[in-house]
Amino acid sequence: MACRNAELVSLKICQAPMNYTRLRPYLLPVLSFAAVVAVWGIARRLSGWSPTVFPGPLDAAVGMWELIRDGSLLKHSVASLFRVTAGYYLAVAIGTPLGIVLGWWKTGQLLTNGLIQFLRPISPLAWIPLAMLWFGIGDKPAIFLIFLSSFFPLLVSTIYSVNHIRTVYFQVAANFNFTPFETITRVIFPAILPDILPALRISLGIAWLVVVAAEMIAVKSGLGYLILDSRNALRMDYVMDAMIAIGVIGICLDRVIVQLNRIKSVAWGRT
Amino acid sequence: MGHILVKDVRKEYVERRGARRRMNSDPDLRSGNHLPVLDGIDLEFANGELVCILGPSGCGKTTLARVIAGFDRPTSGTVLIDGEKVKGPSSEHIFVFQHSGLFPWMTVWENVRLGARHMKEKEEMAAKVQEHLDVVNLTGYEHLYPHQLSGGMQRRAELARALVADPEVLFMDEPFAGLDFLTRLKMREEIINMHELIQKTIVFITHDIDEALVMGDRVVVFTERPAKVRLDLKLEFPHPRDFHSYDELERLRRDVYTELGVHYAL
Repeated sequence: MACRNAELVSLKICQAPMNYTRLRPYLLPVLSFAAVVAVWGIARRLSGWSPTVFPGPLDAAVGMWELIRDGSLLKHSVASLFRVTAGYYLAVAIGTPLGIVLGWWKTGQLLTNGLIQFLRPISPLAWIPLAMLWFGIGDKPAIFLIFLSSFFPLLVSTIYSVNHIRTVYFQVAANFNFTPFETITRVIFPAILPDILPALRISLGIAWLVVVAAEMIAVKSGLGYLILDSRNALRMDYVMDAMIAIGVIGICLDRVIVQLNRIKSVAWGRT
Repeated sequence: MGHILVKDVRKEYVERRGARRRMNSDPDLRSGNHLPVLDGIDLEFANGELVCILGPSGCGKTTLARVIAGFDRPTSGTVLIDGEKVKGPSSEHIFVFQHSGLFPWMTVWENVRLGARHMKEKEEMAAKVQEHLDVVNLTGYEHLYPHQLSGGMQRRAELARALVADPEVLFMDEPFAGLDFLTRLKMREEIINMHELIQKTIVFITHDIDEALVMGDRVVVFTERPAKVRLDLKLEFPHPRDFHSYDELERLRRDVYTELGVHYAL
């Protein structure tokens, strides 16, 4: 029986349920994954299609093992990770400072806002022909596309958060004779951090969306290429394995960013 | 030193948003509505006075304090502190804000240290920060963040930060807003004691009549907007003050209530 009474738990009357409470955050997600795999297996069986068209969980697992054993999964994952990391860091390194400057400098904001809103809805995928023409074949066009995809969401949300910093903080900064540099590093940057973290999280997700598309076109490595190559070889189990790998890496990267929320000087943003 | 001279200060805000823009509208409409807030304020505060500014809400008390502190420019008139024209905010006149002005991303210690940032000697600075934290009874809370403190403790931390800077003038804009009744009474007492200790000029804004009369060496009562000085009282009663012990204070209290349009002291 589940023990919901917190007092009883603290009195250690309900030992076993306390264990459950501790494991709950890990058990429940596993449960949902297990359910999806079960539905997948049943759907495969009921469909009556051949495993070549609709591989089941077991086929995918066997394929996964082959990909792990011959090292190609690792190789492709590293290639994709490299591109995402490079493009994403580039977007963070340029988008955040630019957002801070534009958020602070009203003339610049008026000057560029129209341009930003014009460029923002153009899908990074629309840039593929130009990117290939300009940067050739290889990592560069992929990194460029990933950069584009995460740059605009980061820029727009940074500008927005800077615009919404409480004016009192700037007055306090003026009151204690802060230099402009100090105002940026000790007021603006810490003030927007809690708002920026969700944007970092979302744009990292977008970067992953784009890397697959980019790799289907311009390169001969990466998880996107693995999907395309497996499709050409009619290995749907490999296609699914690449999808699973993307999902797993996505979870891991998301966890890393969520950890940033635990920094003490960011915690105020949640209250 | 903390002598303040306010000479014929006027302040108008221009409300542009509501104004319609037409080709042939009259000039006043085109430039928006002018909203006079301060209408010729003349005041002089002596060094070390605790001045309470009283007035109905929205009358321009905060605007005047912001003009004196250098956060806003007057539309006309001048403000002199110790004979020098106020040009902008400075650490010589620290403002304690109506809603917490503590930086939420810094601990209490880091916040208070901002007031002592001009000091070169690290150890001397640490000693001074600690001393002021002791004064406001926040010893032991140095490493907490503002959101982990109660409202009263936050105000005291902000007060410590202002005091560490050793300003000539201290502005407090309804610093007790949002505090419960008992905490408010305690904070009044603390400010009075602190003022007797440091003898700095304090401009204290409040809409609480009893608070102003209990605390101030000087009470300035404003009219409705656009604000003019309606009453300018010097109170020479010793602290702690009690309305029952001083008939004169009780009479003043009734006068102020009547002036502000309430005909009985509740």
